[in-house]
Amino acid sequence: MKPFAFDYARPKDLREAGSLLARGGEGARVLAGGQSLGPMLNFRLARSSLLVAIHQLPELCAVEEATDAVTLGACVTHAQIADGRTPDIGARILARIAEGIAYRAVRNRGTIGGSLAHADPAADWLCTLTALGATVLTWRASGGRSIPLGAFVPAAFRTVLEPGELVQAVRIPRPSKGARWGYYKACRKPGEFAFAMAAVLMDEARGMRRAAIGAVGGPPVLLEGERAVPEAVEAALAGSGLDAVERRQQAVALKRALAQAAA
Amino acid sequence: MAQTLDKVNQQPRAGVGASVPRKEDDRYLRGRGEFIADIRLAGMKEVCFLRSPVAHARIRSIRKPEGSEGSVFTAADLAGVGPIVANSRLPGFKPSEQPVLALEKVRYVGEPIAACVAETRAAAEDLAAEVEVDFEELPAVVDMLAARAPGSVLLHDEWGDNVFLETVVDADLEPIRRSAVITVRRRFRTARQCMSPIEGRGAVAVWDRRLEQLLIYTATQIPHIVRTGLADCLRLDHGQIRVVAPDVGGGFGYKGLLLAEEVCASFLARKLGHPVRWIEDRREQLTANANCREHHYDITAYADAEGRLLAIDAEATVDAGAYSAYPFSACLEAAQVASILPGPYDFQAYRCRTWSAATNKPPILPYRGVARAGVCFVMESMMDAIARAVKREPYEVRLRNLIPPEKMPFDNITKKHFDSGDYPECLRRAVKAIDLPVVRARQAKGEPDGSRIGVGFAIFCEQAAHGTSVYAGWGIPMVPGFEQAEARLTPDGGLELRVGIQSHGQGLETTLAQVAHEVLGIGLDRIKVVHGDTAMTPYSTGTWGSRCMVMAGGAVATACRELAQRLANIGAHLLQTTPEQVTVCDGKVIGPAGSVEIGEIGKTWYLRPQDLPEGVAAGGLDVTAGYKPVRDSGTFSYAAHAAVVSVDIELGTVRILDYAVVEDGGVLVNPMIVDGQVFGGTAQGIGTALYEEMPYDAHGQPLASTLADYMLPGATEVPAIRVEHMETPSPYTSFGQKGIGEGGAIGPPAAIANAVNDALAPLGVELTELPMTPKRILSALAAARGA
Repeated sequence: MKPFAFDYARPKDLREAGSLLARGGEGARVLAGGQSLGPMLNFRLARSSLLVAIHQLPELCAVEEATDAVTLGACVTHAQIADGRTPDIGARILARIAEGIAYRAVRNRGTIGGSLAHADPAADWLCTLTALGATVLTWRASGGRSIPLGAFVPAAFRTVLEPGELVQAVRIPRPSKGARWGYYKACRKPGEFAFAMAAVLMDEARGMRRAAIGAVGGPPVLLEGERAVPEAVEAALAGSGLDAVERRQQAVALKRALAQAAA
Repeated sequence: MAQTLDKVNQQPRAGVGASVPRKEDDRYLRGRGEFIADIRLAGMKEVCFLRSPVAHARIRSIRKPEGSEGSVFTAADLAGVGPIVANSRLPGFKPSEQPVLALEKVRYVGEPIAACVAETRAAAEDLAAEVEVDFEELPAVVDMLAARAPGSVLLHDEWGDNVFLETVVDADLEPIRRSAVITVRRRFRTARQCMSPIEGRGAVAVWDRRLEQLLIYTATQIPHIVRTGLADCLRLDHGQIRVVAPDVGGGFGYKGLLLAEEVCASFLARKLGHPVRWIEDRREQLTANANCREHHYDITAYADAEGRLLAIDAEATVDAGAYSAYPFSACLEAAQVASILPGPYDFQAYRCRTWSAATNKPPILPYRGVARAGVCFVMESMMDAIARAVKREPYEVRLRNLIPPEKMPFDNITKKHFDSGDYPECLRRAVKAIDLPVVRARQAKGEPDGSRIGVGFAIFCEQAAHGTSVYAGWGIPMVPGFEQAEARLTPDGGLELRVGIQSHGQGLETTLAQVAHEVLGIGLDRIKVVHGDTAMTPYSTGTWGSRCMVMAGGAVATACRELAQRLANIGAHLLQTTPEQVTVCDGKVIGPAGSVEIGEIGKTWYLRPQDLPEGVAAGGLDVTAGYKPVRDSGTFSYAAHAAVVSVDIELGTVRILDYAVVEDGGVLVNPMIVDGQVFGGTAQGIGTALYEEMPYDAHGQPLASTLADYMLPGATEVPAIRVEHMETPSPYTSFGQKGIGEGGAIGPPAAIANAVNDALAPLGVELTELPMTPKRILSALAAARGA
């Protein structure tokens, strides 16, 4: 299938992107790497009168390293992260997540901000960055916001972004020295969307035990403290719409993520 | 590439038996092939089909968008176009007609309703989106067993039920039932699959006003049969149609049929006066077209205490979809199930009833290993079930039941004629190749990560290149007879082979040249194989049923032998000797005192006839010959597959740890190409076993519309496959070769299912449904825990 006709704009900065989006109204959409929006347009599941390309904007490709966090621009690609071309928050924590996303061709163009804005429940970044306690930094003409990822995705494929607002960057806190990290996802094939996924951060120095369960049909389910154990998964997913087999697979994913963290 | 040396003249061997690199790969590997979507004609427009969004409905009305005259066409516009009809003459077959565009009723999601023509595909899709169809929805018949139940909603009202054909093989099993020590009954189900060649279907059609001829380029395996089908539907003479199959990117059976889209594009090209093209996209392929497999079995096996099979009693249903596809018909699978279910086993009593059930799904189409993949899965699962019942190694139970070599040739219980082979030896080699004792030892030790290891075997036969005697009984629109080939010597000593089959990955541009080289000794680089074009090749039923190496290979050999005789006659004159004194070999005619190059003979006969006495080789150097094997009941190649798997019993995933194939395809014309056929087929069989499934919801909506949902095995799912060959010649074919194109796809579902069940048997689990997905495996484990 081929998409409905649309206009395509390539603004030179965020301000111009913002005004294009404002002028385009409901039919205007942001195009970052296009790895999800492209197929949706082709299938005519999404319709857009104007695509505003942003991957070339320098403000969205910047990276910033601080002692307590790494901030990655929204249009940093999965491949850049996987290849170690951006700062990491620990021993290849982000790189290993990125290199497991889909296939290389997707990683070459897909972006971290695009993934979060698309809000696919089975996406790697949504689940892992939830466990890591990341914050989405947005841009608006009226001034950007700082939104904890846990509050960013109210439902599958939905975000709290307002019209004309876009993801500018994501700020990922550095775990303390000695913190433990684990991430396990179960896929029918490498590169396919996961049917079960769990990310865990055990950061005793910061008093943190966090487990995020992804691919649950909605935003990730965050289990904290003593609840960050496989035994808690069944109850936590009771209302998720997953069936008994799927809930058990999620508990196994968490068990394996915990084992990684303990190793 | 290692090449064997001809013992006699120390030339690298290139004839029958040589693993020469494929001639066609030069253009394929450089990306220089010409496929259907590469063809651009001046003035060409794009066709998009508006397809039914509902599975079963009456069409109350269709409203075309305003101003769309001449660009939107419905059934009412197809003046003079007949439906596609593929009836079988088997008694009781219910005839049906597949409309080119839906007429009055739609019978599956994806059925074409309107053809929309525009400058671009996107604009054509825009047009299609504006066509309004008013449906009166009817309940959908989605499940094949429910379709058979009395009182079901009917697809074809005039039938009275939803059964294309019922077949019965009857026998009195009562005495065996009473005496059998072992009785094993199982129900099996295999998923509906979608054949997925890299290239989908597509057609470019243009009406040539000068020749008053339709020229249609189409991604097909059967150009001549498409021509015959088009002639029927369009009411044209064969002479008014030329079908060209350009480079075709895989077929597997999906390109062995006449599509409504081809008929429609042909009509439009003539009607509109400009070329049109339709290129299928992946969504159309998955949701509207490429459906195959989907069987259900209720089967009982009776055996003695040693596991000797006494009788099989089976009921098989095949979900045939809404229409009978041309030319192989809606009963191809089910009717074959009845005759091939016994497989390579020798037993005394057999009952089998089959039904080809009509449902609100796309017509079922032939796929590599037609009916055989399902049958092999069922029969081989039953052998393992018997083995578990008598507490023996499954391979031992098989050895007890296989047709022994001393009985060859052998006519089995369904009158299948096994031409040659040593089946027990094939299985023994597979047991050795997989190193069964080592696997059993590892199993006994257990895995450190808690996963379970299992080993499974499958042995099966692959009837191929079967001809008139087999197909006449089915009475489908196309019964193969003599296969023709044309061998044409060019004046410069080159050879053109013109064949009506089509090569779409099998390497026939190479292997048919090898056959000609074997006879004439002309270098492979001087032999051109012309195929896939009805204007340039003799009539043929095309490429299907693993028939080409036997049939087209035999025809090429026959034509080349006749050509060799004529060359000998001319050469004898030039050498001043008699034809009896010369031989044709190494591209030369060799006499007692000297030789002459075939090129010199060509130049003399075509351009310097004054150098020859009048009347030498008056029949010419362009020979068309027909060929049939000595017996046309088919060659029987066979193979044993062995798989070792690891099952993650927490997540339900399966990993293939080892895979071995021992295959006997008779004399191999090009062993390297045969290996490729085995690898590719096995990959597809792994898909059948573990991944591929086109689910439908209760309303007949297909649920896998992209390759993210329809899971195909990829590089990470296909292990290194070890292939071993036996080469028992067929007594009936030109070089002893047998058809081997499909075997790779037949064995894996059985071998892998048996391996998974071997792994899970200690947990009380036996799966009987394909594919063996994580969900099915975990559900079965949960059920066993609950039991």
